[in-house]
Amino acid sequence: MSDATAAKPAKRMRFANVLSAEWTKILTVKSTFWTLFAGAVVLIGFSALWALAFSASFDDMSSNDRATFTPMLPIQAAFYFAMVIFGALGVLVITAEYASGMIRTTLTAVPRRVTYLAAKTVVLGVVVLLVGLAVSFASFYASQLILATKGLDGSLGDRGVLRAVIGGGVYLALIAILALAVGTLLRHTAGSIVVVFVLMFVLGIVGGFLPGSWGDTVNKYLPSNAGSAILSPTRQQGELAPWTGLALFAAYTLVLLAAALVLFKRRDA
Amino acid sequence: MIEARGLTKRYGGKTAVDHADFTVLPGRVTGFLGPNGAGKSTTMRMVLGLDRPTAGQVTVNGRPYRSLAAPLREVGALLDAKAVHGGRSARNHLLVLAKSNGIPKRRVDEMLDLVGLRSVAKKPFRGFSLGMGQRLGIAAALLGDPGVLMFDEPVNGLDPEGILWIRTLMRGLAREGRTVFVSSHLMSEMALTADHLVVIGRGRILADTGTREFIDANATSHVLVRSPQLAELARHLTARGHRVEGDPAGGLRVTGVPAADIGDIAADNGLRLHELATVQPSLEEAFMRLTGDTVEYHAATPQPSPPQTPPAQDPPTLPQAPPQDPPTLPQGPPPAPPQAPPPSPVPVSDAGGTPTPPDGVPITPQNGPTQTTGNPGWGLT
Ligand SMILES: Nc1ncnc2c1ncn2[C@@H]1O[C@H](COP(=O)(O)OP(=O)(O)OP(=O)(O)O)[C@@H](O)[C@H]1O
Ligand SMILES: [Mg+2]
Repeated sequence: MSDATAAKPAKRMRFANVLSAEWTKILTVKSTFWTLFAGAVVLIGFSALWALAFSASFDDMSSNDRATFTPMLPIQAAFYFAMVIFGALGVLVITAEYASGMIRTTLTAVPRRVTYLAAKTVVLGVVVLLVGLAVSFASFYASQLILATKGLDGSLGDRGVLRAVIGGGVYLALIAILALAVGTLLRHTAGSIVVVFVLMFVLGIVGGFLPGSWGDTVNKYLPSNAGSAILSPTRQQGELAPWTGLALFAAYTLVLLAAALVLFKRRDA
Repeated sequence: MIEARGLTKRYGGKTAVDHADFTVLPGRVTGFLGPNGAGKSTTMRMVLGLDRPTAGQVTVNGRPYRSLAAPLREVGALLDAKAVHGGRSARNHLLVLAKSNGIPKRRVDEMLDLVGLRSVAKKPFRGFSLGMGQRLGIAAALLGDPGVLMFDEPVNGLDPEGILWIRTLMRGLAREGRTVFVSSHLMSEMALTADHLVVIGRGRILADTGTREFIDANATSHVLVRSPQLAELARHLTARGHRVEGDPAGGLRVTGVPAADIGDIAADNGLRLHELATVQPSLEEAFMRLTGDTVEYHAATPQPSPPQTPPAQDPPTLPQAPPQDPPTLPQGPPPAPPQAPPPSPVPVSDAGGTPTPPDGVPITPQNGPTQTTGNPGWGLT
């Protein structure tokens, strides 16, 4: 070995270095931008569309529906469609590495699996949180502009609205991390996206059909329903309390992430 | 330095690497030679901590790879040149690796220059040719200026220029005192590059020895004789108990007798010689003899390929040779290669054995079936 090598001190792997590498990694592939762009377009666009729909049909709505209407409703509806796209980014950041074989190059540079997955989670979380917050606010303003035509709009100063809008960004970051965990478990892009889709979209719909009070109880604990609670300015019928719901969703994410880490450490790359 | 002790890997019921013990020392190129499926790549993945050994252990510079703080500064590896995200540019790919190990950014550009990828540094990897990918892989391996380098089949699919470049590079790295571990099943390439060999077959280490010693121990030189009076000459030789075989290219292969003696015998009997040449054993031949029964995936060879054919049965060239072969027909050497015709000899000169010779003395083989010690025709690299 060279003298240079012999002289090198044996320190711990620097987490900051791994973070910086993962940061560069996520910013140097186009799929990151396309996925985030698609997520933004869908969330903002669908918020506006639902705002239009609500504005147009508000006069025909039942008095009960009118009573429970909140200015966040268009965004909540749009979330159902946009969630999976942000999830796709979480899946891709890991499964793309498996697809190309890059994962072996990566793990040769960073052989500590915990360090690696932690850095990846932090970077993904931060990126989606920042973009998610921006998109969440943009969706809010876009939909309020349209709702204002009927005087249905609210403002960030209204009770629970600011929390809901900020919570939306946090929720998107958690969704991406949950998807990262799924991708790490399955190591396959298409399969992982299907699982995320089922978890976040299909399950929420199926839950709505569950019969009886037992069904109602189960329904609100389903991942997407628990997480979506944060989007309601005030707690709605059949929903968990906002922070409780988001905390539960974070717990689901954490459990999946832990499972992913255990397997990731044990498995051959 | 790389050290494997009892290194074992099983995939399900399949044993890919079986209690491998070997040491790869600095200052020389160590070839890791084995047939397809022998376990070379698996061993290398375990060195890098990518696959977990089922049993045993392997260390780099005395420590398990997973415990290295900045592994790229100690070990550079090229296992799969395609293991790069297709959408990322060459430069960004190296940048990511550099950052993860705290390697200064300028190394990235230096390496791009070194491997000649400067002009395509900003292009996405998916457009890269095999050779460009291989160069990027080398750049990544050298990024941290590591003391240990490991390459899995680095010349696979490269053109002659690329092969020469890699060969020169590896020898240069070893000369600088680094540990260079390179796998291949290209014997001729290994003969030119490796000073030392670790030979693996079906997951077992079959040899861990100098290239020269390996060849000497596993293959013998012979003398090639051509004569218009071949049959008569063969009779005289076998009468003296020498072992004689037909050479597929025509002529006789005589084992265990110096060329001079054969010349004398011919002269004594008034026989004309058209060629008399000592043929050095090739690494290929040695390798085939050693691993002949450990090759996992045999190509179906057209039936009649009895390698140890007694002279008489060797069709065209050989006339009636006496059956009294006994003393010479060796009981020792394992059955010869499954690939029928005798090996096309690649002359191996003193490429190996000792620490790197001052100038690396790389030698390229001549073409053609016969090479002699007297006229090696060594091209210089
Ligand atoms: N991930 C895996 N799962 C199951 N079997 C495997 C795996 N990796 C390797 N093997 C098996 O282990 C054996 C050794 O494979 P390996 O790739 O190490 O051989 P190799 O010497 O590199 O061969 P080649 O010269 O073809 O590259 C083979 O029989 C292979 O099928
Ligand atoms: Mg291999």
